Amino acid sequence: MPPKRLDPQEFLRTTRLVIVAGKGGVGKTTVTAVLARAATESGLRVLVVELDGKPALRTLVGDDITVLALSASAALAEYLNDHGLRRVAKRLASSGVIEVVSTAAPGIDDIVVLGKLKQLERIGDHDLIIVDGPAAGHAITFLMSARSLLDSVHAGPIHTQATEVREMLGDPARCQVVMVTLPETTPINELIETSFALEERVGVQLGPVVVNGFDDGPELEISDGAHPSLVAAAEFRSARRAMHRRELERLGELLAIEQIRLPHVVTPGLTEPDVRRLAGSLT
Amino acid sequence: MTGGVRVGDVRSALADASVIVCCGSGGVGKTTTAAVLGIELAAIGKRVVVVTIDPAKRLADALGVPGGLSNDPTQIDLHPPFAGDGAGAGDGAGQLWAMMLDTRATFDGLVRANAPSPEQAERILANSFYRNIAGALSGTQEYMAAERLHSLHADGRFDVVVVDTPPTRNALDFLDAPATLARFLDHPLFKLLMLPTRRGLKVLNVAAQPLLRTIGKVVGGEVLADAIAFFQAFDGMQTGFRRRADDVLTLLRSSTTRYVLVASPKLDTVDEARWFATKLSEQGLAVAALIVNRSTPSFPKPLGRRRKVDAQLWANLDELNATAAAERTQLHPLLADVGSAAPVAWVPLLPGDVHDLTGLRQIQALLFARATGSPAGQPVGA
Repeated sequence: MPPKRLDPQEFLRTTRLVIVAGKGGVGKTTVTAVLARAATESGLRVLVVELDGKPALRTLVGDDITVLALSASAALAEYLNDHGLRRVAKRLASSGVIEVVSTAAPGIDDIVVLGKLKQLERIGDHDLIIVDGPAAGHAITFLMSARSLLDSVHAGPIHTQATEVREMLGDPARCQVVMVTLPETTPINELIETSFALEERVGVQLGPVVVNGFDDGPELEISDGAHPSLVAAAEFRSARRAMHRRELERLGELLAIEQIRLPHVVTPGLTEPDVRRLAGSLT
Repeated sequence: MTGGVRVGDVRSALADASVIVCCGSGGVGKTTTAAVLGIELAAIGKRVVVVTIDPAKRLADALGVPGGLSNDPTQIDLHPPFAGDGAGAGDGAGQLWAMMLDTRATFDGLVRANAPSPEQAERILANSFYRNIAGALSGTQEYMAAERLHSLHADGRFDVVVVDTPPTRNALDFLDAPATLARFLDHPLFKLLMLPTRRGLKVLNVAAQPLLRTIGKVVGGEVLADAIAFFQAFDGMQTGFRRRADDVLTLLRSSTTRYVLVASPKLDTVDEARWFATKLSEQGLAVAALIVNRSTPSFPKPLGRRRKVDAQLWANLDELNATAAAERTQLHPLLADVGSAAPVAWVPLLPGDVHDLTGLRQIQALLFARATGSPAGQPVGA
């Protein structure tokens, strides 16, 4: 059964905030850059937000797209400032109490980051905000932070913030999550687990799954008398491709979500032109 | 070849280790590598325990533990012990055990061991601030991995402990981790909370502390009350924790603790591996071996004329070889940093994913040059 396909351009116009998530090594940063490029080329005003301090992202997206680096401690300080707690912010920062505060109420650092994203989305300076999501395994707790905090904090500014973030996460026209995977067994298994958890526990809408590094190509036919080395290379490649196809089919059966497939690029280190090419292949 | 880098033998670099720490960024195959090293050391007669921090059930599945791994070691059935190689089968005394680190359970154990009374231990364990720390304080997982490593090292059942580190840059906080918790307990807030009053009693009056009052405004009163209760319950236990932290640190710096760097040829993982290598050397520690996973194999170029009918096959071979060559270039700085002092082993990209013991043994054969007859360090097919 061929998995459902979707027009990526259309998807990029259905929501205002896209959070890109996936386990380490699957190419989250690449996918963020590709989506940002594709959206920009189609005329959208795009803002890219990075949470992990990854310098690679800036070089991949190119100079014409704004990249905003967001850190939890800066967001918390800004939040306190905005709420007339400037003095508290300073004291918290200088005494190192922030670490203790965020331990006392885990998710507080996540909620201020999400709160900042919500604010950016509300201001509307950009048509689309794309976030290079938090590191492996952290996506669920990150997005769950609003709900968890609402359980433990019943009043005050953090409570308000969490309520508003939850509203945004629950509205597909405002926010969706794009999961990234490689066409291989382990990443796909983890993607499926995370997807169900996000839908059930966070209640956020999942956009298409982006399959990164899909090695697609014509069947390599082995001619009579071909040199054993050519044959070995062809068999290796065909086995890889067969595995990719098998895994994508399995993904399609297990997860009823559209797939965007990014072709395998023959380079160990992606550059901005590669990102442009990949973005072009989306349409 | 590897650009003139000397290639040694990974097995002999690890044969006398009592602790092996695998470091590297996410997605490079650290967990799999740890398992394969465990299988290999068991093959040469060691009693090995592999500790994974990867909560994915993959390792459990690959090792044939259907119920999953727990915080207590499970012995792995390696029958037939070592099919097909015969090398190092020895007296068959080798054993493989595996476990998954449970940060919370380990931390609970530490609290129980250090609390002056079972009542105090229970008070801490029931505190919700403690439960948050046990699960969320940055560095806790790293510290608990180190802690578990220490207790397994002292466990007479095992000769070698192999551990993979969390897939984050903080993985080497592991080395600082024992100090992190101590630092947390030395935190200004803690001191503030425990400030003796004029009557000499450690009584806390939140209302009297403007800072605490404002924190309470932000996070809510209940949360703050929990934190205070935790620090009060914890009082007096810091010394025990600190002493334990010192023991763990001594083990991490011992000459029989070996660090294995795991990388793949992708640019970002190469950068991460170099960063790890630098971090280790800053700590005065050496990389014992470098394992490069998932490298694209290269294939010898046939001599003679290119037949037209083979055009597609040539294009494929050229593409794979170009990728392999580009990967070499990418890896060069890492090999220059690390490869001159430590043995390097390559595990090529495999046609399929590793999800059973057979797959792990296939990697073992590649890594330790078994069955294939090719010396370690030669990319297969090169």
